[in-house]
Amino acid sequence: MEASELLQLVIAGLKNGSIYALLALGFTIVYAATNVINFAQGEFYMLGGMLAVFAFSGLNVPLVAAVALAVVTVAGIGALFERLAIRPRKDADPMALIIITVGGSLVFASVARHLFGSDALPLPEFTPGPSFVFAGAAIERQTIWIWVIVTATVIGLTLLYNRTRLGRAMRACMENREAARLMGIDTARVVMVSFALAAALGALAGVAVTPLTSTRFDIGAGIAVKGFAAAILGGLGSPLAAVAGGLLLGLIEQAVIPFSSVLKDVVALAVLLLVLFVRPQGLFRRTRKEKV
Amino acid sequence: MLEIDAVFAGYGRVPVLHGVSLRAAPGEMVTLVGANGAGKSTLLKVAAGVLAPQSGRVLLAGEDVTRVPSHRRVGTGIVLVPEGRMLFAGMSVAENLTLGAYLRTGAAARRAVESDRERVFDLFPVLADRLEQPAGTLSGGEQQMLAIGRALMADPKVLLLDEPSLGLAPKVIGEIFSVLDRLRGSGLTMVLVEQDARLALKHADRGYVMRTGEVVLEGSSAELLANDDVRLIYLGAWHGTE
Ligand SMILES: Nc1ncnc2c1ncn2[C@@H]1O[C@H](COP(=O)(O)OP(=O)(O)O)[C@@H](O)[C@H]1O
Ligand SMILES: [Mg+2]
Repeated sequence: MEASELLQLVIAGLKNGSIYALLALGFTIVYAATNVINFAQGEFYMLGGMLAVFAFSGLNVPLVAAVALAVVTVAGIGALFERLAIRPRKDADPMALIIITVGGSLVFASVARHLFGSDALPLPEFTPGPSFVFAGAAIERQTIWIWVIVTATVIGLTLLYNRTRLGRAMRACMENREAARLMGIDTARVVMVSFALAAALGALAGVAVTPLTSTRFDIGAGIAVKGFAAAILGGLGSPLAAVAGGLLLGLIEQAVIPFSSVLKDVVALAVLLLVLFVRPQGLFRRTRKEKV
Repeated sequence: MLEIDAVFAGYGRVPVLHGVSLRAAPGEMVTLVGANGAGKSTLLKVAAGVLAPQSGRVLLAGEDVTRVPSHRRVGTGIVLVPEGRMLFAGMSVAENLTLGAYLRTGAAARRAVESDRERVFDLFPVLADRLEQPAGTLSGGEQQMLAIGRALMADPKVLLLDEPSLGLAPKVIGEIFSVLDRLRGSGLTMVLVEQDARLALKHADRGYVMRTGEVVLEGSSAELLANDDVRLIYLGAWHGTE
């Protein structure tokens, strides 16, 4: 394989991996706050793309505004989902809640089908134009946008977690929910904010990728598996590890392609199972000693 | 200051407290002693709002706070240093202290929070040297100091302490209790749960003895220290003459 081909695969891996990273962040943020795996995470991705298309093509809103509108609306949907479907059953065991999120994702998908139909819907690139060529490999402009979004997200989350009162409260909830409540932190509100944030990140990923792939009512489940695999790879603990898990999964997929392109979509599942069997704490987390 | 009135409480359907009453006057340090499993921690959980009682009331300065949930109870001034400390182990000492003052926002509070932080460092100088260290890497004694310091950052009117001596070396216990003495001297109202009844009664004004979910004895520390039953059962030494 030539160097430029290799580079092309790396670029594709980092592009897809960035999307998985955003999904994995969503899984990780919700898990940290609730111990629930939110399988509706993929639907936020789908809804982000859908609502952006609807706002742009249906309401003729400028693209930037359509993107913002989609992300904010999906954040609201995430918060509402938590409030109506999760919180009333907060004493149920995590398994029951996980099943609720699976049910929720079916509902989101079928509502999207009724509202927006079952065709694949396109969105223009954020900044249309020819690809950049770098050392013989092509980089689409939208890919640059995806990288910008992921980078900005990581910076934004780092600032949120380390510099703000809300972020500190979120971290306190991750560490010890009961102690957080003793500090006066309204943990129910933190959970709701976590769902909203996770939904917004899912939507952002969906919006960013739709110009490349189009969107459809039924793409949520597939991406949820990949985002979940990436989150597991990252250990479901630290947000930075979730991002690393996403990028790594994207690269592993590309590494498989030269051997068989059919295998690419099985990679996420294989990685998921392998990690769960061999290293359930994820690749990046040291096994932590029980807190004294 | 704090008044717990005929509280019945338990976990699920298992009853633990059977009509427990306790009061702490302003500036008073009362201690709650009793064997493991007597319900001491459960009573503090009710006082802190972590556990809702089936019946009975919790009053703070005459005001009924029974139904105020734990995350708002802190704002009323009832602050718990929980059993096992419950620090944010992965966060730094400084962040743990900051979280203690979580509800004290606004420009006016900021200065008071800053002076409380200085006061915590004055009480526990070792914390000032460990500011950036994750709480989980502190020694047991330092962790207990941080747990108390974190609670003080909430500006408590009533401080509830659940077995602050647990698992600590005598020298460290001495340091912690001398800080509790200083806090008592400054007029802070405290309820101290202890297994080591002798130690607790030496420092407190009054004491309550609990057994299987009920208060079986109460009185001044001197009375309880002199009480034969207490000496026999809870002070673990019977040297009296028949
Ligand atoms: N979270 C809980 N769930 C169920 N039972 C509990 C729980 N915590 C304590 N208990 C029970 O309540 C009783 C009193 O416990 P506790 O208040 O912790 O006693 P103490 O602090 O005096 O040792 C014990 O029988 C204990 O087993
Ligand atoms: Mg106890």
